[in-house]
Amino acid sequence: MLSVEHLPVLVVVISMLSSLTILIAGWLNKKSCCFIAFATILIQFIMSLFILQHVTTEGTIIYWLGGWSPPWGIEYVVDALNAYVLVLLLFLALVCVTYSKRSIEHELPRQIVSFYVLFQLLITGLCGITLTGDIFNMYVFIEVTSLSAYALIASRGKIALKASFTYLVLGAIGACFFLLGIGFLYAITGTLNIHDLSLILPSYYDNRAVQAAFVFFTVGLSIKMALFPLHVWLPDAHSFAPSEISALLSGIIIEVSTYAFIRISFSVYTVDFITRYVPIFDFICWLSAIGIIVGSVLAIAQYNLKRMLAYSSVSQMGYIMLAVGLSTSTHSPLWGGLNPALMHIVNHALMKGCLFLVAGAFIYKAELWDIADLKGLARKMPYTCFGFTLAAISMIGVPPSVGFVSKVYIIFASLDAASAGHPAYIVFVAVLLFSTLLNLVYFWRVVETLYMKGEDIHSESVKRDELPLSMLIPVLILAALCIIVGIFWLIEMPLPVFDQINELFHLGAYATS
Amino acid sequence: MIAEVESLTPVFAILCPAIASILIILFGKWPNIRECWTMLAGILQFLIVISMVPVILDGNIITCTFFTALPNVEFGFSVDAFGLVFAITSSFLWILVSSYSIGYMRSLHEHAQTRYYFCFAWAIFGAVGIALSGNLLTMFIFYEILTVSTYPLVAHDQTPEALFAGRKYLAYLLTAGVFFLAAMIITYHISGTTDFVNGGIPNLAAEASRAVLVVLFMLFLLGFMKAAWMPFHSWLPTAMAAPTPVSALLHAVAVVKAGVFGIIRVVCYIFGVDLMHELGLGLLLISIAIFTLIVANLFALAQDNLKKRLAYSTINQLSLVIFGAALLTHDGIEGAMIHIPFHAFMKITLFMCAGAIMVASGKKNISDMAGIGRVMPVTLIAFTIGALGMCALPPTAGYLSHHLLVHGCIEAGGAISYFPYILLIVAILDVMYFFPIIYIAFFKKPEGGSKLKEAPIFMLVPIVITATCSIIFYLYPDLFYMSDLVETAMTSLNIGGGVHP
Repeated sequence: MLSVEHLPVLVVVISMLSSLTILIAGWLNKKSCCFIAFATILIQFIMSLFILQHVTTEGTIIYWLGGWSPPWGIEYVVDALNAYVLVLLLFLALVCVTYSKRSIEHELPRQIVSFYVLFQLLITGLCGITLTGDIFNMYVFIEVTSLSAYALIASRGKIALKASFTYLVLGAIGACFFLLGIGFLYAITGTLNIHDLSLILPSYYDNRAVQAAFVFFTVGLSIKMALFPLHVWLPDAHSFAPSEISALLSGIIIEVSTYAFIRISFSVYTVDFITRYVPIFDFICWLSAIGIIVGSVLAIAQYNLKRMLAYSSVSQMGYIMLAVGLSTSTHSPLWGGLNPALMHIVNHALMKGCLFLVAGAFIYKAELWDIADLKGLARKMPYTCFGFTLAAISMIGVPPSVGFVSKVYIIFASLDAASAGHPAYIVFVAVLLFSTLLNLVYFWRVVETLYMKGEDIHSESVKRDELPLSMLIPVLILAALCIIVGIFWLIEMPLPVFDQINELFHLGAYATS
Repeated sequence: MIAEVESLTPVFAILCPAIASILIILFGKWPNIRECWTMLAGILQFLIVISMVPVILDGNIITCTFFTALPNVEFGFSVDAFGLVFAITSSFLWILVSSYSIGYMRSLHEHAQTRYYFCFAWAIFGAVGIALSGNLLTMFIFYEILTVSTYPLVAHDQTPEALFAGRKYLAYLLTAGVFFLAAMIITYHISGTTDFVNGGIPNLAAEASRAVLVVLFMLFLLGFMKAAWMPFHSWLPTAMAAPTPVSALLHAVAVVKAGVFGIIRVVCYIFGVDLMHELGLGLLLISIAIFTLIVANLFALAQDNLKKRLAYSTINQLSLVIFGAALLTHDGIEGAMIHIPFHAFMKITLFMCAGAIMVASGKKNISDMAGIGRVMPVTLIAFTIGALGMCALPPTAGYLSHHLLVHGCIEAGGAISYFPYILLIVAILDVMYFFPIIYIAFFKKPEGGSKLKEAPIFMLVPIVITATCSIIFYLYPDLFYMSDLVETAMTSLNIGGGVHP
């Protein structure tokens, strides 16, 4: 009988095997690739649901690879945080792979096989990052993810090659920083296992090398998650990649880097270290706040839809990292600790995923890249445009959408932190509210073009030219979730999963001081 | 003691337009069936809303809670007498405007009619939601829905001018939404609740300093930019680019009244009259109101476009509601509350007449309307009734609310007891810009023949009904239980007279 304890490793292994299978099967029959990928991700998604269920009811899953006991062997540790990110990651991957079938046949007809091989490898890497309990193993998976991402971004050729190259250079620098951090820690402690590190490190917190390692991790991951001002690679990479990859890149890949950052900060190091030895979170908060504004302002300046969405991602990463930065100074059971950050990770994945898929739909239908070309599309593609509008409204933060809930929770967190010893954080309230207006400016411009412009408004017979169902359904699911999940947050917070995560890291209501 | 009655009735009232909107989309290809749904939903909603009246008049509150969004903040409805006044007004007028829309949209062969009815239903959803909501969070959610759903209506024509109007509309009102959100969050942060409480949230004064409370009130005021108080009014005249039924319902009833409704809610149910006195905020509000009253009327004098002139008149009349609330006396607030439905009925008459003139003769400017009263006697008589109401002359409802406001001023005492003279000046200005229209329409020689040519019957009937109502209110203010409801609201607010220093 297969017990849930074995699932974490299976999620990674079947994904890796599947990518090889796709290569061979694709050689024989191109059409099979998409189905194999879909089936694999579906199975992985179901497994991840079991894992989440198990973790929330029974507690952490620990799996020793090959039976080797840590700290010598690699260990997979799945607690509430991993499971939560894993479910989200595989859900978005499932949506994207459904969408990709028709769109890849159209966009990259010669590269179907390699696309799905790389896609599956990308998913393998992402799952690996989230599941592993070994810091070097995490690095390996970060590289697997990045390498497949470089190739996928470049798959369109021409200008995309340049975008991919920029990402490659900066990504490699980020990975180097990460590796340096690992090296420093290994030199001091002689172990790579996260749990082991967390036991050994506290006695070395005074050590300069340990502190430097943390800074290296932070810088390395900041590049990977495009935290302002290290975001320069993101707009090109996200706008030239195939749209389902853009959706994944913006929706989950940069968030997985955020996950890695949370893991390093609170599992390898502790809240105590961050607040007392390297008080870097204050700095991250301010950087993120600047990022929120700058990202939005740059997004307003764009005329290419996907590029605009990419800059919007820079701004949204600011939201997430602001929430992470506030997590050590808030203590409410509702918006304290990591709650707003974890919430916005989901919210951003849904909204940005939907928006990028719609942007891809316009490219699929008529090679429309610029916002100005989208005139009157709402009459040709009413459902797609409706999806876009719902997601755009969520980005602006109109209640009861997901964007509204995140905004409110992060504002409460800022107020909470402001009244608990950081009076300057009151500025963040203004920043968040102001960013709402900036979002309004650049998203409404698109909505207006879709619905309100176009020459033939009085002619009754505009030919419907809707997306094929396999692309439309993913878009509509994500769009509907933007509203449904928003209401869900309002009803269900505080979620037990979030409570477990905060308890695990001694954050929020579980802070010890 | 106020009893709370748990009931799903408010939900049904809200659901009517929501379900109607879906049916409208589904039956978009069959105009007759589509518009039938609009009418049906309107009538049903009105009946449901009116069915709550007896319970409320007994001094109860109908509550219906869905879930707790934050500790002490439930998402749900809590219907009191004041909310019901607004709900009855908007749901009743929706029926009439639906009928009017049918006539208007078909006569002008407007495009995208399905979108129009769809958005209209959602706008009513928002407006009635605001009326029935029991705390700031619920109100905020419906407030934003109202803003977003009215945008396609404002920009309906899709001409550059309409698009500009739409953009301006959103820029003003969603910015206002941000201020409202900030105010709501600060209120919650200070007091731990956002419920509307008779006489104000009790611990608000104790938990925050004077300066914070004044800032909070300013945030609320900015949040209710929908009330079009000057200098944040300019979205309203621009939004007149919308089709006339939209201007009629949304810019005389739903949207702008949501603004003044919110201001009264904040004054009486969040801050409370006593705290307002203590902080001197009544004077602040009264100065804003008086400034708007006079300046809006001066602007109105200069307009030749009939709808624009009506828009400035709306700004003026909205400030009258703010003025009443700012008096912080029993009669003042009562006048403010009763002026919401009264003004709605009168102003909607005027707007619908303007639209009827446009449909029947294609004329938009007042200077072109010479002798139009002979061509369209019914419409112009209705217009005259509405105009009398704006000028606070009997026999119209406007006289009653002004009467109460004057009482409120005297009740307030001190310098404020001279304020009725300001109201008099304002009313004279009203006369100065409304009577020329009547004069031009009836007593100038028409250019063409004076053959009778009224607007379609679908448009004429609503006009006659609202005009008649405006007069009936004068004779019998309890039509639709209006005065009883306002009395009930005032009783539960329990404001003594003459508290001003």
